[in-house]
Amino acid sequence: MNHLCVRILQSGVMLPLKEKDKPIVQKLLSAGCCARCVLRFCCVSVQAAYRQPQQDTLKELQDFISSAENSKSPDSAGAESTDRNNKSHDAAVSEPPEDPPSKRAKLELSATGAPSEEDAAAVVKQKDEESCVCVVCLGVLQELCGPTQAVKIAEAVKAEKYEFDTLVLSVSLPAQLCVREHSCWLHVKKELREKSVALDKDDVIQVKEAFKWIMQGLVARALGGVAVVTRSLFEVGVEFTHPETDADCHFLATTCPDCFKPTKNKQSVFTRMAVVKALEKISDAKFLKHYPCPPAQPSSSCMPRDIQCLHGSVFVAGRYNKFCRSLPQTPWVIDGERRMESSVEELIAAPLLSSFRANSFNFSSSGREDVDVRTLGNGRPFAMELLNPHRSRLSKVEMKQLQETINKSSDKIRVRDLQIVTRDAMSRMKEGEEEKTKSYTALIWTQKPIQRDDITFIDDIKDLTLDQKTPLRVLHRRALAVRQRVIHSMNTRFLDSHHFYLGLKTQAGTYIKEFVHGDFGRTVPNLCKLLKTDTDILELDVESVDVDWPPSIPE
Amino acid sequence: MDCVEQTDTEAKAPSVVDRYYTRWYRADMKGKPCEDHCVLQHSNRICVVTLADTHPILQNGRTIKSINYQISNGCSRLNNKVSGKSKRGGQFLTDFAPLCRITCTDETEYTIYSCIRGRLLEVNENILETPSLLLEKPSTEGYIAVILPKFEESKSITENLLSREEFESVVSKRTVAQSQPS
Ligand SMILES: [Zn+2]
Repeated sequence: MNHLCVRILQSGVMLPLKEKDKPIVQKLLSAGCCARCVLRFCCVSVQAAYRQPQQDTLKELQDFISSAENSKSPDSAGAESTDRNNKSHDAAVSEPPEDPPSKRAKLELSATGAPSEEDAAAVVKQKDEESCVCVVCLGVLQELCGPTQAVKIAEAVKAEKYEFDTLVLSVSLPAQLCVREHSCWLHVKKELREKSVALDKDDVIQVKEAFKWIMQGLVARALGGVAVVTRSLFEVGVEFTHPETDADCHFLATTCPDCFKPTKNKQSVFTRMAVVKALEKISDAKFLKHYPCPPAQPSSSCMPRDIQCLHGSVFVAGRYNKFCRSLPQTPWVIDGERRMESSVEELIAAPLLSSFRANSFNFSSSGREDVDVRTLGNGRPFAMELLNPHRSRLSKVEMKQLQETINKSSDKIRVRDLQIVTRDAMSRMKEGEEEKTKSYTALIWTQKPIQRDDITFIDDIKDLTLDQKTPLRVLHRRALAVRQRVIHSMNTRFLDSHHFYLGLKTQAGTYIKEFVHGDFGRTVPNLCKLLKTDTDILELDVESVDVDWPPSIPE
Repeated sequence: MDCVEQTDTEAKAPSVVDRYYTRWYRADMKGKPCEDHCVLQHSNRICVVTLADTHPILQNGRTIKSINYQISNGCSRLNNKVSGKSKRGGQFLTDFAPLCRITCTDETEYTIYSCIRGRLLEVNENILETPSLLLEKPSTEGYIAVILPKFEESKSITENLLSREEFESVVSKRTVAQSQPS
């Protein structure tokens, strides 16, 4: 017997409540739920219903239930509030004529049973305390959401001067809201199941969802018409806390101890995730033994925390040259002490951070060179993740200018092919790393004197396979292993009786220094073996890193 | 360019050991005269244990008959295996843990010790095949073992060892003592 009882709201929205919602509405209002939470538990998914002023919704709901009460005990209801009864009658008149309210009410009453005198009294009590904080949402869907709050959020966003077209609103609620929601669900579970056996806790509209329905449009308007969407790189976070009821969750730790394992980085074990998990496990009987149903009346609303704005990372890629033999790629710190005053990543990052107005960065590159090694030729591919950029789009011309700024800032490095890339494209830099070849030039010293002819045989060596034990100089941070690496070709340029230049084309991952000095005989064969004398490496340059990413940009 | 570097191509380049390692010594190991050990500590805290040039094995044209990393019935340093970045599974050594025993053709036998506390990373298997490496290149290819001290002990492990200067002074006094009639 599902007689539709459509309420016509002032704003023209129709509350899609059916007769079977009546006991639910009645019970929830008596329990101290706010009007919007009542809509949630009636599984009303008409967004506009949440957007209208909560006082109006409350009135509609009260009229909705009193239309039935009236038919049962008109005297008591009329005596309590004549005003409301009149309104209720006005509303009833507008209902479809083929279903007169009196008849429908009678049918309903016979089907679901009349509300007790006690319930009716509670409704009346609720009417007198309309300003009460909701027992479920703790005020989040009451005073904490509306035009005033939307303006506050917009002001906070504007103050940070982000550049964005769209934003996504994220809401963080205190974990105890889940406990209160569960208590309320148990409170009306029977009535909800009578409405439809298929209804489950998941069908109840979430506080978060309702909050967004109400706030998204308001925030968008307050920000001058940006789109507030469900997916955006720009996230505006609203967080609420409610210290008064934090203890609501505590009983769960004794009933479901395995859900609340302490973790290092969390302040409290009562995270939303853990609480939700515990509530899934706990039996109804056990829950009701430990927690009031419906939840107890709080004395205060949630506290809104500072608005948190976060823009998704921007990724910038390019190639760098390093012309200096006393510049590390990344800051070099030994025993907490800085060894060199700058680094490649810092020289590149500084202008990027200021242009994109980002908070911090993560640098990655296709391999790395030692502090005393130069990188020449086309340079080494690198990518930089810029975190929380306040500006995220630069034109090609602006990127070109940014590249110039970096290059003018230092003659120790030079950058080319600077461009904005996607996060996915970044992985391509790492993918090809092992298969790619690299070219080097090394200045070699020999212990025994050499003549021009002594070294020419090296030019004929092709695809020389090395067995390299993890070099001692990196063994403290890498696993011990023997790795096979190939030197594809070499060429020599005689300098004097103790020196020559050695050019090498090698598989990526070959340790050149160890190939030259042998690393205590741990790389074999090595140049000492080939030349039958001790050899050492005095200088090393990377001539090319043959990774075809990022795409080159014509000058 | 603000960091032009001069490479004096005439000068003899410092060796790899000189450039990256600090030399530490233990003289007269366990009271046995001249059984000097050397520990090369890399700036990354890794240590390479070698014979000091003054060790009896390297004197008087001795040749090596055998090198044995089996230091007891139950323990062979050759069975040492480490895995992963954290070097799990490596044998843990204290200052006087034996690493190997070396027997010369004149039947003299010497035990080489760890000298420092740390995890054994590898022993030099090349000297088993080519013992002459130990005589020809005792401080590089003829090394005995590689040891990784605990991070927090990387400074303190060398406190009981001699610096290069201290060791050289010990050796020079030794020479004086030998040249004087007792
Ligand atoms: Zn509420």
